[in-house]
Amino acid sequence: MSASDGVAARAVDVWKTYGSGDAAVTALAGVSVDLEKSRFTAIMGPSGSGKSTLMHCLAGLDDVTRGEVWVGDTKVTGLKDRGLTDLRRDKVGFIFQQFNLLPTLTAEENITLPLSIGGKKVDREWFDVVIETVGLRDRLSHRPTQLSGGQQQRVACARALVSRPEVVFADEPTGNLDSQSGAEVLAFLRKSAHEFGQTIVMVTHDPNAASYADRVIFLKDGHIVRELLSPTADEVLDTMKHLDAPDFEHSAVPGA
Amino acid sequence: MLKATIKSLLSRKLRLVLSALAVVLGVMFVSGSFVLTDTLQRSFTDLFSSAYADVDVSVSPKQEKGKQPEPLTAQAVEDVKSVPGVASAVGNVQGSARAIGKNGKVITTSGAPRFGANWTGNGQEKIRDGRAPQADDEVILGAYLATTGGFKVGDEVSVLTLEPKKTFKVTGVYDYAGGRESLGGELSMAFTEPVAQQLLLGQKDAYSSITATAAQGTSDEALRDAVAAKLGSAYDVKTGETLAKEQADQINEGLKFFNYVLLGFAGIALFVGVFIILNTFSIIVAQRTRELALLRSMGASRGQVISSVVLEALVIGLIASVVGLGAGVGVGALLATIFSSFGGTNLELAGIGVPMTAVISSFAVGMIVTVVAAVMPALRASRIAPVAAMREAATPDRPLTKITVTGALVLAAGGTALGLGFAQASLPLIFGGILVALVGVALLTPVLAKPMVSLIGRLLSWSMPGLLGRRNSSRNPRRTAITAAALMVGISLITGVSVVLTSATKSIEKLASGQLRTDLIISGEGQFDGQPATFQREVLTQVEKTDGVSAAFGWASDGVLQGDDRMFAAAVTDVPAMKSMFALQPKDGEIAPLRDDQIALPEDLATEKGWSVGSTVTLQLAKGEPRTFTVAFVWLKSQVLQGALVLPESAASSFRSNQIGQAFVQVDQGVAAADVQKRVEPLFADNPEITVQDRSAFVKQTTSQFDTVLLMIQILLALAILIAVLGVINTLALSVIERTRELGLLRAIGMRRAQVMRMITVESVVISVFGAVLGLLVGLALGVATVQALKDQGISEIGFPWATMVQYLVVAAVVGVVAAILPAIRAARLNVLDAIAYE
Repeated sequence: MSASDGVAARAVDVWKTYGSGDAAVTALAGVSVDLEKSRFTAIMGPSGSGKSTLMHCLAGLDDVTRGEVWVGDTKVTGLKDRGLTDLRRDKVGFIFQQFNLLPTLTAEENITLPLSIGGKKVDREWFDVVIETVGLRDRLSHRPTQLSGGQQQRVACARALVSRPEVVFADEPTGNLDSQSGAEVLAFLRKSAHEFGQTIVMVTHDPNAASYADRVIFLKDGHIVRELLSPTADEVLDTMKHLDAPDFEHSAVPGA
Repeated sequence: MLKATIKSLLSRKLRLVLSALAVVLGVMFVSGSFVLTDTLQRSFTDLFSSAYADVDVSVSPKQEKGKQPEPLTAQAVEDVKSVPGVASAVGNVQGSARAIGKNGKVITTSGAPRFGANWTGNGQEKIRDGRAPQADDEVILGAYLATTGGFKVGDEVSVLTLEPKKTFKVTGVYDYAGGRESLGGELSMAFTEPVAQQLLLGQKDAYSSITATAAQGTSDEALRDAVAAKLGSAYDVKTGETLAKEQADQINEGLKFFNYVLLGFAGIALFVGVFIILNTFSIIVAQRTRELALLRSMGASRGQVISSVVLEALVIGLIASVVGLGAGVGVGALLATIFSSFGGTNLELAGIGVPMTAVISSFAVGMIVTVVAAVMPALRASRIAPVAAMREAATPDRPLTKITVTGALVLAAGGTALGLGFAQASLPLIFGGILVALVGVALLTPVLAKPMVSLIGRLLSWSMPGLLGRRNSSRNPRRTAITAAALMVGISLITGVSVVLTSATKSIEKLASGQLRTDLIISGEGQFDGQPATFQREVLTQVEKTDGVSAAFGWASDGVLQGDDRMFAAAVTDVPAMKSMFALQPKDGEIAPLRDDQIALPEDLATEKGWSVGSTVTLQLAKGEPRTFTVAFVWLKSQVLQGALVLPESAASSFRSNQIGQAFVQVDQGVAAADVQKRVEPLFADNPEITVQDRSAFVKQTTSQFDTVLLMIQILLALAILIAVLGVINTLALSVIERTRELGLLRAIGMRRAQVMRMITVESVVISVFGAVLGLLVGLALGVATVQALKDQGISEIGFPWATMVQYLVVAAVVGVVAAILPAIRAARLNVLDAIAYE
């Protein structure tokens, strides 16, 4: 089986268990999900719901206990370190909550880092498009310490996009930003999906952030329990409230 | 607070080990030196007390300054015998005797004496095989000589003494109590008394010393006084115990110097260690800024923060000193064993002991060095405002102005001390100046780090990992600088020594090709246990008469006393030949053969002494009464015969030995020197210690000793470099911890493990090469300064050891690669998810 056309990443009955015996904790309990191309998907859920674990497994940062993960045509499950590394380099882009820029490199060098690590040439045209979109043209020669938090995160976004990966994973990208900068980053992510066809998967617990997404998947206790398409912030907030209710049933998962 | 400190220490085992290691190595060197010399000292004391165990009283001729003692006479032996209370008295004959091995080469030791004696039959020597020598052509060999040379009873052995090669029949082999082959690795043999007197003292009925044993009821001291009273004041009379102590003290004086040398290198190692510990603590404190700030915000005072860091240093220093002391005892014992068995000394080792000095110095050095290195970072840590530190462990680039100015001042101070040291020929000032200058340069390194590192790094950063490695190495200039400075110390010292030795070699080569107009040089190999080998005057006459020789001259040499001043004197056989072969120019008077009461000297010596042509000079030669000479000529300053007095040939008979020590030959025009060499060499068949060499071989032989010196210094300084390598490992390991999150990110966005390792390796190589380049530059400066200062001592040329310097650079690069291995593996193995979440 492979990720068929229209699907950028796919999880098939993925289980993830930490520890063993009585101390075993199940983070993911049989999650299956298709993440369509060119869409902006948000994964939501309370703390400990398994949303970060799911992202890490999809991105090849963590291995699964059972089940299969695909990114594009590549079966991630079973890859060794070298294969996983190359997958992350060539097919996946990352945006972290902590920006995680290299302080020794300029903004431009940070953006092109994934390409230079792989010894690839920078597609100048695309680079310019990305730079214009994030609005960093006049900041390219600055070091990260000379940039504001919002600017740093925009550099991180540009870094994730510049290699045109199969999927960009964003882990709480607005968690460390003020609302103004956060809104800019989210708008940029949505624009990348809609105008450039970039698949984006974002993990967040902020309903407002999730409202920028085309599709929101809700996780609880390692299960996908609900999903919404193009919701408003209020809808998301409402669903979250329901999730927190103790009597919420797992069986209510649509399409599970 | 104490509890918090200890907890924080225990939670950082790796850091603990890394920072302690440098101290451990330094302390190990210090305590090892003490253990080694202590063990050797006690061994030599044992050796001499066993050598003189059977001697109650010993009589030797009184030593007079500058004079060779007159041997004892047979009458003196009879006199001692007649003293009441003497049970027995024996005249001993002893002198240099070197056996020629079965391969035709003279058998050598590495320091222990080679001597012959008269067979008295009542010493400690016990006949193991065969019998005592009875005829003039018989000899009995010490067991160690027999074993070393492979001689058995009935073999023939050729021996060099005051006389040329003589062949004897081996009639027996002797050893000592318990079957010991020798007392201390000496090669000895014994002849019949008349033969021994002739060969070893060159005089009939002469003795070197008399040993007497006391009759029952007479104490050694009483016997000594009785013998002294009988013989009068021309003799030294001592008890065996005193004699043993004196001889052991003499050797131990030498060992003390050896100890100082070792301690000097230990000092250098510790000096380097201070850099490493300073750096480690700086990094650790920087990484702990938040933790310390937390303590501060909870009410800990500045003093408590400082004492917390200092306490940590004390604990590390204590542990490192204990471990270092233990390792030092092991190393000292190992070296003592090597010394006793491989050095050809065959010394019976006394038990390995741990002297108090080793314990005290280990703890003093280990603790003090660690605490001193920790105080500065501790002070800095305590100054950080708690809130600032809690917010983000941001360490902005502090300006380098202060440190640079301080560095320049310290460097200037060191340079001044060095200059004064050279001017006053004061060794402590020179060494102190060098160390202070090195500290000065070390303080200047942060400023140099940025430009130099980026220059070096450019060569290595053709790919992204390389570029990142280079950027990382210039990221914290202080850290890189201190790490590199540690490596600089060792390399600069080696380079400095290399420059001096290369310059000396070059000077000798220039001298040989310019001023020496000789084609062949005849000289004896140097010996550890006496004067260089010599040959008979008649052989030189034969050389002069050899076909193809146009001129030849030589000299016998000895020290002579003028008042209290000891000078080197050469009794030259043919002054005109010397004039032409050494290209001597007269400054005053005419360079002509000397009459028996004339001397000559070089310009600078004449100036120093205030002598000129016609001055009368009274000299005490080794034999006879003081003699008065008149200065016949003074020659212009020259590189040969520096500081030497030239005496007429007849003066040689008053030297300790009138034999020729060195000779020079000029061949006829159009004759190949090699052909003449072939004809001259057979003349020395009975003098296997004498070599005939052409000029280039002579230069090579003379300069080859420099290579040995260099090698030894390299070995000793290797420790300093090893510690510096630990410093590089340390810095990298701590940097890897510090940059965990960055490494996680790089791995997350697709950097391969191999690329991560390459990045760390480039950083390491850049730091090492930076250190090496600094070391080479500083070493060149030190070397050139030394050569300039020694200009008057015969080092007239400056030579640069380019090949050696390139080697050091390559070694530094390799060191960088090796130092990166562990940190790189650690970095590559980081769990990506953990790393990226690392605080």
